[in-house]
Amino acid sequence: MKTLQQRYEGRGLGHDLIIQTSVRLMVPFIQLFGLYVIVHGHYSPGGGFQGGVLLGASFILLALAFDIKMSMRHFSERINLVLGNTGALLFVGTGVLCALVGGLFLDYSALTALFPMDAIEWRSFGIFIVEVGVGLAVASIMLSLYWDLSSNGDLEEGL
Amino acid sequence: MIWQVDLLILVLVVICALATITTKDLLGASVIFGVYSFMMCLLWAEMGAVDVAFTEATVGAGVSTILFIAAILRTTRRSKD
Repeated sequence: MKTLQQRYEGRGLGHDLIIQTSVRLMVPFIQLFGLYVIVHGHYSPGGGFQGGVLLGASFILLALAFDIKMSMRHFSERINLVLGNTGALLFVGTGVLCALVGGLFLDYSALTALFPMDAIEWRSFGIFIVEVGVGLAVASIMLSLYWDLSSNGDLEEGL
Repeated sequence: MIWQVDLLILVLVVICALATITTKDLLGASVIFGVYSFMMCLLWAEMGAVDVAFTEATVGAGVSTILFIAAILRTTRRSKD
């Protein structure tokens, strides 16, 4: 069976300079906007999920324009694993910590017992921590969904 | 809210939905589904639900279309039976 790469080249559909250059220029801005959406999510439209999808989609765009290996050079499988689990732990850990120090699950104002800050301030700061966790988890899961689906699970070559 | 814009986008949404379920070609259907998602995104942004529109633009029109196409490229053109 011929690889996808050989099938592309047989049909004259190789790598394209215009697409690659424009993707190379666009990706940093997409990532910056994704980070902005994550950290500004609790004041304005957006949040952890949308920002995480934007971050993941920027690496998917790299994989589409270049190769699956190109996106894995920038966001390796190991980092993907670590960040995805860190994000999920950050979300659940914050919630459980609130419950342990005497509040309800995800009741951020209970965290005043740990670090003396105003309860209202803690509500704002706690949702920020949770949004960062959600963003990390969603970004890495989106990217690994694309990797596994497009390369048939072996992570050798993508679309 | 401008009702003419709403009506135009709603008509486009219905047309895209009908085209998606009637198209035989899977690749074409998924591309039209992306257009449907984008029209829903415009409709929500126009109705003032910017948060939902944002989610629809990133997930619906962006990532899910790519995932559909990635899944379709793993299938064969015609079924064996």
